Amino acid sequence: MKELVILSGKGGTGKTSVTAAFAAIAENKILCDADVDAADLHLLADPDFNESFDFMGGGLAVIDPKKCSQCGRCVEVCRFDAIDAEFQVDEIACEGCGVCVDLCPEAAIDFPPQKCGEWFISNSRLGRMVHARLGIAQENSGKLVALIRNQARMIAEEKKMDLILTDGPPGVGCPVIASLGGASRILIVSEPTVSGIHDMKRVAELARHFKIPAMVCVNKFDLNMDQTQAIKDLAKLNQIDFVGVIPFDPVVTEAMVNGKTVVEYEKPSEAAPAIRGIWDEVIKKLD
Amino acid sequence: MIISVASGKGGTGKTTVAVSLAFSLGSQAQFLDCDVEEPNGHLFLKPDISVSEKVWATVPEMDEDKCVFCKKCVDICRFNAIAMAGETTLVFPELCHSCGGCFEVCPENAVRESRRELGILERGRSGEIDFVHGRLRVGEAMAPPLIKKVRSCVDDRKIAIIDAPPGTSCPVIAAVKGSDFALMVSEPTPFGLHDLKLGVEAIRVLGIPIGLVINRTGIGNDDIWAYAKDQDIPILLEIPFQRKIAEVYSRGGIVPEEMPEWNESFIELYKKIQETAQK
Repeated sequence: MKELVILSGKGGTGKTSVTAAFAAIAENKILCDADVDAADLHLLADPDFNESFDFMGGGLAVIDPKKCSQCGRCVEVCRFDAIDAEFQVDEIACEGCGVCVDLCPEAAIDFPPQKCGEWFISNSRLGRMVHARLGIAQENSGKLVALIRNQARMIAEEKKMDLILTDGPPGVGCPVIASLGGASRILIVSEPTVSGIHDMKRVAELARHFKIPAMVCVNKFDLNMDQTQAIKDLAKLNQIDFVGVIPFDPVVTEAMVNGKTVVEYEKPSEAAPAIRGIWDEVIKKLD
Repeated sequence: MIISVASGKGGTGKTTVAVSLAFSLGSQAQFLDCDVEEPNGHLFLKPDISVSEKVWATVPEMDEDKCVFCKKCVDICRFNAIAMAGETTLVFPELCHSCGGCFEVCPENAVRESRRELGILERGRSGEIDFVHGRLRVGEAMAPPLIKKVRSCVDDRKIAIIDAPPGTSCPVIAAVKGSDFALMVSEPTPFGLHDLKLGVEAIRVLGIPIGLVINRTGIGNDDIWAYAKDQDIPILLEIPFQRKIAEVYSRGGIVPEEMPEWNESFIELYKKIQETAQK
């Protein structure tokens, strides 16, 4: 069984549209939406949210005013400025480190675990799917990503599936690191802009850091041919497999508005055959 | 005044709007790129960097000679950054959240302060605009402490424009918290609208006034306008999808610099932000 993780560094390059199109083509696979912070894959996959589970994160400091002697020890030890002079906890600033809880001489601080989100196992139009929704303004996105990837892996093993198709988050930080450890390969969906190239370099460096082989494709390649060429050159220089280009095509957005992937959409498009071509290359590299 | 430019979804035009706004405001503006995982503002503003410093997180280091293996540090650490097996102590600095608990509880002063590189902070100028950004070290997971460091550079005498990271979780909160105004940038597509809703919910947790820029009008559908009306979010600017704008962006150009007809629109945008923020 293989796992392909689709990343981009920069947001909005078409990661999710490409992942969903792959899902419409691939057989015997499970989908995993690891962009738990701003998950969009469900808008195209239309999952049934068949099984849902709470995601419990760390604790939150809660001061019992009846027990509190206002000694100020908690304020002194908190490195996140989360407790004010009136001994009110700023829930957003609280890191969940529990140092105040352990060091309060009156044992006046409770530390209840917080529900930080939900995750789901669904049947969808595009196949089985594990996905999640991180609570608004929550932390621990990396843990939630690790959790749903692990679930997807277990289901894939149990059902003897060939492939896990994982839609990754943008950036290079905590949730991205959690989304690529142990992956077979990553595919970077880039775009021919200075930002697209800059961010692709950083995510490629991250993949190298974790020794995961990378592939790259360019979405909307015809918006700037020079930059597309620069991405090709860069890929060659860094031993990244260049697997193809997708033209700018308004039909992709039109299909999205209609809740479909471009490869399923009835209207012919230039993007659909391009994505199919990339998929064929990706499969070759994965095998 | 501190204006955060945020979006929920990535790639909707946050950086284009933040950079254009800073450019049109000129010497009044300070630009702070808080998208430290993928900072892009410098690709457009091309600042002359005058100060470049590493930013560190405080992490523990064990003095094996002093450690009596009481495990107090292991017990207080909620992030599993310290482990003990028999008479061996292992520190995993990359898991450390710098809460300082281990330093506090160690009775033997065996836990020393060491540090982990988070990334770099750079400051400089782009023409008349003050420029600050952070660059997270590739391989580093924790963006918020570096974002807070960039935020600490806000100059009260200027109009501080913060280019926030995408998403709705802790990095966005770290970037936007304490702003006077959140300018949301989205596009009229189902993905754009869906993530805008999440972004708005996150900003509302912070109780900051919100205005909307709709980018790439002409693609997608009209749902975003209906949403803005329903939620009483003022639309402060609409930018049509034009190949020319996409092309300027693609090679690192600044829209109001290369298309001067946009200058007035961004100055007007700032006036509307001021008006909305005062309501």
